[in-house]
Amino acid sequence: MADAATSGRRPAREARQSVGRAGVGRPGVVWALPGALFFVFFAVAPMVLVGALAFTDWDGIGTPSWTGMSNWSRLWDDPETHQAIWLSLILTVLTWVFQTPLALLLGVWAAGRQRNRAVLSAIFFLPLLGSSVALALVWKSLLDPNFGLIADIGPALGFADGDLLGSSKGAFGAILFVTAWQFIPLHTLIYQGGARAIPRSLYDAAAIDGAGTVRQFFSITLPQLRNTIVTSSVIMVVGALTFFDTVLILTKGGPGTDTTIVPYLMYKNGFQAFDLGYASAVATILVVVATTVSLLLVRLTGFAAMRSTREGM
Amino acid sequence: MPRWNYPAGLGSLIWLGIVGLPLYVLVAATFQTRDGYIDDGPLALPDHPTLANYRRVLRSDFLSYLLNTALVTAVCAAIVITLSVTVGYTVVRTRGRASRRIFQIFLLGLAIPSQAVVIPVYLVITKLHLYDTLLAVILPTAAFSLPVSVLILVGTMRDIDEELYESMALDGASPTRVLLQLVVPLSRSGISTVGVMSALHAWNGFLFPLLLTQSKSNRLLTLGLYDYVGEFRVDTPALLTAVVLSIVPIFLVYLFARRQLISGLMGVGGK
Repeated sequence: MADAATSGRRPAREARQSVGRAGVGRPGVVWALPGALFFVFFAVAPMVLVGALAFTDWDGIGTPSWTGMSNWSRLWDDPETHQAIWLSLILTVLTWVFQTPLALLLGVWAAGRQRNRAVLSAIFFLPLLGSSVALALVWKSLLDPNFGLIADIGPALGFADGDLLGSSKGAFGAILFVTAWQFIPLHTLIYQGGARAIPRSLYDAAAIDGAGTVRQFFSITLPQLRNTIVTSSVIMVVGALTFFDTVLILTKGGPGTDTTIVPYLMYKNGFQAFDLGYASAVATILVVVATTVSLLLVRLTGFAAMRSTREGM
Repeated sequence: MPRWNYPAGLGSLIWLGIVGLPLYVLVAATFQTRDGYIDDGPLALPDHPTLANYRRVLRSDFLSYLLNTALVTAVCAAIVITLSVTVGYTVVRTRGRASRRIFQIFLLGLAIPSQAVVIPVYLVITKLHLYDTLLAVILPTAAFSLPVSVLILVGTMRDIDEELYESMALDGASPTRVLLQLVVPLSRSGISTVGVMSALHAWNGFLFPLLLTQSKSNRLLTLGLYDYVGEFRVDTPALLTAVVLSIVPIFLVYLFARRQLISGLMGVGGK
């Protein structure tokens, strides 16, 4: 009897083990190759290539010719590049400082169970549907000193002639505001998702202990959202480093060079002056910063951690 | 039990105004005449609503831009879905270093900004003799949609029960059959999220069309909008009408796929 029972179980177990061993029913790595090669060819290899092109002189038509460090020494001395890097850094920091608290609060609020929440969060989401180009054009017309909204409210903001985009600080502020307007909804959604995943029981326990809304926010919500904050911040920072469409349409890098941030500087050197070698050096800065940020993302959040919470569910 | 949080509610209403006002101006302006817009300002309701702006935009090259964009969007979404499904399937099901490495490449790729690598992409596209074709836009656009798509699909496919795979394997199913009969049906929600997000990305793309195409016959909507700035120089209502018309198709898709899109975006946040 006992023999029959064990021998009856054995074939199944052996079959299962042989499935694991021989990999029956598991796809080979070949399956992932088309996708991986495609991605490497159009995204990863260009990332390496841009670093190589930074050591060449290339007008976009002929073949790039090797020039060694000359682009880099030029970059080192070019005040416009220094300004662009500085502007990009300020823009990135201010973007984070403005957008994170707003998106966090809105997202946590939207994750609650208030009435009309669904309708409101649907409207919050709308700016994500338009392209940066479309939305920048809307703002460009609203900020038109002759016919736009700014002609009416400009004086209240300290721009008597309504020419916000014509002043250095105003143009920079406009880019900061328009990109926030466009991207806060995305981050609100990300925070909403994060806040929904916080177990209800934590709040119930805190409420029993007599913690109020504010206390609960700082003691439960914020710590629980740690990974979400990191993820959202990285998307935000990489996004801010690469704002391009909005700058092209709103200010064309002006007045003067006062809103020429790094991606616009690259575009100007590369595709207007056809100095693609130098533009590649500028782009390399972007790649290095963005990759560093991405590595930090993987380190800080640990996608392995994401795996374990999923398996624990 | 719902708790009222008045400051937060008030804040969200203020933000609603900030989001809503420009959208109101955008839509209201499209029914204005040019003179009406200039005289009454952007906040006015149109006195004599007119469809002349819509007629004017639709008579320009708008429809040809729309068709090009629809084509690029559809092909991009198809490429992204095909490639990210196979990559996701392999990452979830195949043990071993190679598949882990491939997943890591995509994770790191999440933060490669397309702006930063557009110059080498331009070089690659010209060397392939694809410059000024729709394919020149499609290929890199699809590639840059892949990392997020793979991440979403790996998340979805991990939730498929291990025992389902095992019972199919015991039946001797080939990987192709497992993929088509088990993985694809059970990750439909993830696949539609990926489809909608990559379509949105392709529809709204600007930099690749700007730098990789040239002739008017290959122009896409976003680039067309940019051109309208010159064409409709002082006719703001006409320009804004083109903007609205460019958003309408994606808005219709959004109405049908809203839940998918939002759950997909929320999934990006991690836990």
